[in-house]
Amino acid sequence: MIRPSHFTALLLVAIFASTVFGITMRDTPKRMLRYGLYCFTLFVGSAILLSWVMYFIAR
Amino acid sequence: MGSAENKAASAANKTDKGFVYLPLIAGWLVPGAGHFLLRKWGRGTLLAVSIISLYVLGLAMDGKLYTGAQDILELLGLVGDLGNGLMYFVGRMMSLGGDPIQFTTAEYGTKFIEFAGLLNVIAAIDAHNLRTGRKAS
Repeated sequence: MIRPSHFTALLLVAIFASTVFGITMRDTPKRMLRYGLYCFTLFVGSAILLSWVMYFIAR
Repeated sequence: MGSAENKAASAANKTDKGFVYLPLIAGWLVPGAGHFLLRKWGRGTLLAVSIISLYVLGLAMDGKLYTGAQDILELLGLVGDLGNGLMYFVGRMMSLGGDPIQFTTAEYGTKFIEFAGLLNVIAAIDAHNLRTGRKAS
């Protein structure tokens, strides 16, 4: 059994989901790659941002 | 103008030959198979690797495979799991997955499995759209 940290689990989901979103939501390979990177950045960026928001709320 | 006509003609050709829903069904049963049928080898491989990896990682984290629906949340989980197609049924037959969730990672694993199922449905619908010509290429 593997036990990744919360952030590792987030990275794994972001990588695989961004790959599927990129391929299915765009037509050409270049646009797929760009959209995949965009989704990955949003997944990880929003998680980091919300984590900091929660950190300050908890204080 | 010419290219638009070509696209329309190619879409018409695609819809004429064979069973239109085959890529959709194949893509649901086996991740990436819908794209393989349409000879989109690279896309099919990436989709298969992504979806199967999520499913296997979910099981490796001791995630739960839903077996029935006692309430609305379990029903939603079951629907997500069913999106995995044959992988779900094989997992059930082999009694894979943890049942009582004892660790935080097991909860992550359960969500990984559900998410893999939902992504597989998106991939299967994409294969169907390629087959019918709704999506250009």
